[in-house]
Amino acid sequence: MRPFTTLTGIAAPLPLANVDTDQIIPARFLKTIERSGLGRHLFAPMRYREDGGENPDFVLNREPWRKAEILIAHENFGCGSSREHAPWALLDFGIRCVIAPSFADIFHNNCFKNGILPVRLPRELCDALMEDARLGGNARITVDLERQVVVRPNGQEIPFEVDPLRRKMLLEGLDEIGQTLAHAAAIAGFEARQKAAQPWLYA
Amino acid sequence: MTTPRTLFDKIWDAHVVERLPDGTAILYIDRHLIHEVTTPQAFEGLRAAGRKVRRPEATLAVVDHNVPTDSTRFTGIEEPESALQVATLERNVKAFGVPYIPLDDPRQGIVHVIGPELGLSQPGMTIVCGDSHTSTHGALGALAFGIGTSEVEHVLATQTLLQKPAKNMRITVDGTLGFGCSAKDIVLAIIGRIGTAGGTGHVIEYAGEAIRALDMAGRMTVCNMSIEAGARAGMIAPDETTFAYLKGRPFAPKGEAWEKALAYWRTLPSDPGARFDREVRLDAAGIAPMVTWGTNPEAVVPITGRVPDPAEEPDPAKRAQMQRMLDYMGLAPGAPLAGTPVDVVFIGSCTNSRIEDIRAAAAVARGRRVAEGVRALVVPGSGLVKKQAEEEGLDRVLKEAGFEWREAGCSMCLGMNPDKLKPGQRCASTSNRNFEGRQGPGGRTHLLSPAMAAAAAVTGRLVDVREMAR
Ligand code: SF4
Repeated sequence: MRPFTTLTGIAAPLPLANVDTDQIIPARFLKTIERSGLGRHLFAPMRYREDGGENPDFVLNREPWRKAEILIAHENFGCGSSREHAPWALLDFGIRCVIAPSFADIFHNNCFKNGILPVRLPRELCDALMEDARLGGNARITVDLERQVVVRPNGQEIPFEVDPLRRKMLLEGLDEIGQTLAHAAAIAGFEARQKAAQPWLYA
Repeated sequence: MTTPRTLFDKIWDAHVVERLPDGTAILYIDRHLIHEVTTPQAFEGLRAAGRKVRRPEATLAVVDHNVPTDSTRFTGIEEPESALQVATLERNVKAFGVPYIPLDDPRQGIVHVIGPELGLSQPGMTIVCGDSHTSTHGALGALAFGIGTSEVEHVLATQTLLQKPAKNMRITVDGTLGFGCSAKDIVLAIIGRIGTAGGTGHVIEYAGEAIRALDMAGRMTVCNMSIEAGARAGMIAPDETTFAYLKGRPFAPKGEAWEKALAYWRTLPSDPGARFDREVRLDAAGIAPMVTWGTNPEAVVPITGRVPDPAEEPDPAKRAQMQRMLDYMGLAPGAPLAGTPVDVVFIGSCTNSRIEDIRAAAAVARGRRVAEGVRALVVPGSGLVKKQAEEEGLDRVLKEAGFEWREAGCSMCLGMNPDKLKPGQRCASTSNRNFEGRQGPGGRTHLLSPAMAAAAAVTGRLVDVREMAR
């Protein structure tokens, strides 16, 4: 996984609540067996018209937000399906940080596994950042994971919380499976105990 | 005296392999169900790192999302990408030695239908699957939740997950459900009450007289939609109904092992006095047949209700969202929901495709005809459900009424296989998500119960099934 340390970039405002995974990437695009190449389907229902052409009103179809690396949204972002294609599509488009008042659990989890940082901030602060984001290229936002702050274009620093273990994994770009496999002996020990106590689980 | 614990606490504690310094647990996973959509990249990851599947025998693979539910599935899937995803799963299960239920196996079906049906999902277990509706298996008294593909890979390689404990929430449904109402109406009423993010960060335990009174199919319907309330999982304490359901199923323990398991399962229900972070209470008697009007499951009202009016919503963001939903759904503010004409009726999905659901639909369909111009599909959740329904003659009742009788699969629950809505089509659906485009781009979904869906099919409009009883 590519580490995430600090990111300074253009932020796209998406002032919608309950953006579900079918809006982030509809099921018909889940037929791939690859992780890459999903960026063109990101937000397909909002981004493209019925004839397949771009919807000129959608933020990611407009300059400078075509190059957005940060997304600002409202409550419950990523609700619905467990599809990791949602963060894959964001990542493939170039978005590496989503800031919202709240996230759905599985989506939130999936972001960390892919080097995307989801930042939870109170609604008023998200609204302030939404205003910054509307200014486009002249108002870059910085997300500093090391110092755990979002820096607004006016220099105001907004601290955010992040789970320490996840922060470490992101900062160092660690392979989570490799980390867990270092505990292989404990896993084997657990299995031996469980098998003795609940043999039907191993029948 | 030990502190009283909840059902969730007990299963959690029994599966912690190790606690890391920051409180994250390495949590052991007893059963891992996999399907074709969320696994190709996970197996690719194992290959790239030269890793094996730690316990193939604790894993079961099945195809469900992509597969056509008509006879073309047997002659070769036409859609090349779907065929490739199925072929990729077949190649992977072979290479990694994972048990697999192929498309032509009589037991094939939706992963969340076959797990309980085969007795694979049992009380006290941790169960995961790369699919958010894994919460279904919580009906057995298991801790079951959906995971992403990276976590699928993690479970395949280590048989564990890194997890932080969830918060406990209890939803108690008192009293008795009224005539014409079902488990689907209970869960839609719950989501209407707590909202699509109401359960975020929590595991919900459903309790109370009305929950206890549900059969296992009904309990699965309720737990299935926990994710629609944002919860990590939903669960119901195992009881005599659970044990009677499990006994004799192919993968359930037998003989002495059964007795031993049973003794353990009886220790699982939440202790009296166990602490819940949040409690919600509903009265079943106050629940009417429910129908969604918007594009998320909390946008729901009783069939006797009206489409809400955005003008009455004070919060501007919420008002805009309501307006957007009404525009998408093609509904007028304040209009009664009953009487809205439908084009398609879908009875199926992991929420409502069990034999009990098909019986409920057939009871309404018996002796009636699907309304002119309406297409109505019934898609059993598994090959075994299909077989049983045919033995009971339900397929004939439904076919005589003009319903299509299909092979098992996810079908029109999501627009990923040939069963899709056309833009603008309105569907009465027993599935679980009414998101924009969920059943096909531009499709309009109303979620409701199997009996309500069958009633919509035979009248051609959303209707209160209670009015149709004879
Ligand atoms: S039936 Fe629908 S919700 Fe259930 S597993 Fe299939 S696609 Fe997912």
